Amino acid sequence: MLKIKNLHASVEGNEILKGIDLEINPGEKHAIMGPNGGGKSTLANVITGNDAYEVTEGEIIFEGENILELDPEERAQKGIFLSFQYPVEIPGVSVMNFMRTAINAIRKSKGEEDISGKELMALLKKNSALLGIDLKFLQRYLNEGFSGGEKKRNEIFQMAMLDPKLSILDETDSGLDIDALRIVADGVNKLHRSDNSALVITHYQRLLNYIVPDFVHVLVDGKIVKTGDKNLAIKLEDKGYDWLKLQEA
Amino acid sequence: MDLKEKLISSYHQTQKDRPKDAFHALREKAISYFEEKGFPNKKEETWRYTSLRPILKEDYQLFPKNENTLTQQDIAPYLTKGLDSYLLVYVDGHFVENLSQPIKTKTFTATSFSKALQEKEDKARIEKYFDQIAPKEDRDRFRSLNTAFTQEGTFIHVERNAVVDKPIQLLYFSTGKEDALLLQPRNLVVVENNAQVKIIERHQSLNENATLTNAVTEIIAAEHTLVDYYKIQNDKYTSSLIDNTFVDQHGNDSAVFVHTFSFGGKLTRNNLRASQNAEHLNTTFKGVTILEGNQHVDHNTFVHHLQPNNESHQDYKGMFDDRSHGVFDGYILVDRIAQKTDGYQKSDNILMSDRAIAHAKPQLEIYADDVLCSHGCTIGQMDKEALFYLQSRGVPKKEAKALMMYAFCTSVLSSVTIPELKAQIDGYISSKLGVKMDFDSELID
Repeated sequence: MLKIKNLHASVEGNEILKGIDLEINPGEKHAIMGPNGGGKSTLANVITGNDAYEVTEGEIIFEGENILELDPEERAQKGIFLSFQYPVEIPGVSVMNFMRTAINAIRKSKGEEDISGKELMALLKKNSALLGIDLKFLQRYLNEGFSGGEKKRNEIFQMAMLDPKLSILDETDSGLDIDALRIVADGVNKLHRSDNSALVITHYQRLLNYIVPDFVHVLVDGKIVKTGDKNLAIKLEDKGYDWLKLQEA
Repeated sequence: MDLKEKLISSYHQTQKDRPKDAFHALREKAISYFEEKGFPNKKEETWRYTSLRPILKEDYQLFPKNENTLTQQDIAPYLTKGLDSYLLVYVDGHFVENLSQPIKTKTFTATSFSKALQEKEDKARIEKYFDQIAPKEDRDRFRSLNTAFTQEGTFIHVERNAVVDKPIQLLYFSTGKEDALLLQPRNLVVVENNAQVKIIERHQSLNENATLTNAVTEIIAAEHTLVDYYKIQNDKYTSSLIDNTFVDQHGNDSAVFVHTFSFGGKLTRNNLRASQNAEHLNTTFKGVTILEGNQHVDHNTFVHHLQPNNESHQDYKGMFDDRSHGVFDGYILVDRIAQKTDGYQKSDNILMSDRAIAHAKPQLEIYADDVLCSHGCTIGQMDKEALFYLQSRGVPKKEAKALMMYAFCTSVLSSVTIPELKAQIDGYISSKLGVKMDFDSELID
C-alpha cells in the first residue's frame, strides 16, 4: 500500500528526515516510536503533503503511484488520512457540515455524486455511536472549545467518516485520560480491516497496549534505527531510547 | 467646471422652479455649507486613506429623466430570493410604483417621499424629522449635498406598538441611460415606542457606465424599539457609493443593528453615525467586506455615548485580494456623563495578496471614569496550518480557503435575522470567493 524509499526531508533548511525506508501492506498496523525531535511528526506531515516540509530526496509510493507531487487534498482523496497531534480550531464550520464538505470533495474527485442527506445522517449516527459522541456535539464548530480528549475523539470520528485506506495517527494518545484512550483505541480497532492499514505514531508504549501493532519501528534522529514486533515497544518502555542510540553509534 | 461648481450652479438653477416648501431653509443651509466646505480630500484625517479624485472627475448627469422601462424580470436577480417583503423600487432616482409594493396601514407606512408628502400626517412627520439628526455644526458634507438635492427617497414610519410583519426592501437602480450619473436617494425611518422593523437596502447599477450614489439614511428610534438594517453592497465595479447613515436612539431600551455587506463596487465609503441619547441602548454595527481587483471600501464609524448605561458593538471582517484596499476607521466617544458604557470595536482583516492593503484605525475617546471599552484590530494572512488541516480531509485548497474565510465571518453572519437574506449573503460570499459551496445548511432538524 505504502512504500517509502530513502526519504529525506527538511524544514527551513534543517534536515529532519535522513533516509527513511518503510513499507506498509494492506491489513497491517505499524507503530513508529522514538524520542521527541526524532522526526516522527515530520514523517506524518510529509506523507500527507504539508508544504511546510520540503522533501529533498526519495520517494513515497502509495498504491503504486509516487505521490510526492500531489497536493494534500489529492492524497486525502486517494485514501490517506492524518489524525493530527494538534487539531486546528475552525470556528464557524460545524463538524457535521465539514464532514459533508469533505465527503463530497472526495466523492467528486472520484466522479461520484454528492452524498444524500439520508446517507450522511446514517453515517454520522453510526460513527458517532462508535466513538461515543453525542449527535449534538457534531453541530459544534470544528474543535472550537473542545477539550484535548474531545479533539482526539473527533479526529478518529473524522477518520471513521472518511474511511481511508491508510490512517496515520500522530500522537493520538497525548492528552487523553485512560477512558478516552480506550474509546479512541476501540474505535481504531473496529475500523481496522484486511484492506486498510494504520501507522501509529507515539512517544509512549501505552497506546500500543490497546492498538496492537504488527510492526514497531524506532525513529531516532531522522532514521529508522530498529524494527521489531510489539515486544520491541515493551522493551523501549522499559529501557528508554538511549540503548538504541548507543547501538547506532 | 468641476463637480462642485457644477453642483452649486445647478442647485441654484433648479431652485427657481422649486416651491418654497418646508424644506427650503434646510436646502439653503445645506448648499451653503457644502459650498463652504467642498468635497473632502486626503489631507483630512478621516479621509486619509480614501481618495475621491477618481470618482469626482466624471461629468455626472444630476437630474436623470424618468424613462423607466424595467420589468419584474429585470429586477428579480437583485431581490432577496424567496423573501416575502414590502418592496420599494426606484429607477434613476424616480419611484416606480408598478414594480413596488408600498404599504400604508393603520400602524405602519413604507412608501416613497413623493407619495408620503401627499398624506397630511406623513407630511407632518417628514417635516418634523427630515435632516434633524446630529447637531448642525457637525454636518457632513455629503449629507448636506444630499439634503440640498433630495427629491425622492423612502419614508418608513412605524406606529407605537407595531411590528412590521415583513422586511422592507429598498432597491435603487441606475439604468445607465446617462453616460455618468449621480444619484442622491434619501431614507427616513421613524420608529415609535415599542415598535420593530427590518429593512434591506441596496443600490444597483444595471450597466457599466459610471454611477455615483450619495445616499443618506436617517433612523430615529424611540423607546423599546428594534431596528434591524441591512445594506447589500454588491454593485458593478463601475459604480461607487457614499453611504451616510445616521442613527438617533432617543428612547430608552432601543436596539439598532446595522449590517453592511460590501462585495461589489469601485469605491465605497460608509459613514455610519450613531447618537445614544437615552439609556439601556444597544447600537451594533457589523460588516463583511470581500474585495478584489482595485476595489476600495472605507468603513468610517462613529458612536457617540451621550448617556449612561449603554452598549455599542462594532465587528468588521475584511478580506482583500489583488490590489484592493480596505479601511476601518472607528471612533467611540464617551461623554463624561456616560458612565457604565460598554463599548467595543473589532476589525479583523486578512490579506490574500502581497499588494492588497488594509488600514485599521480604532479610536476610543473616553471622558467617563467607569466604563468598559475595548478595541482590537488584526491584519494577517490566512492560517496555513488550518488550511492544511482542511486540505488533509480532501477539501481542495480553493474550497478550504473559502471555508476558512466564511468561518472568519461567522460572528457577523450569525446575527443576520432574516434566513433568506443570510442565504443570499452566503451565495454572494461563495461566488465572490469563486467556489460553489453550501456553507451553512442545517442537517439536523
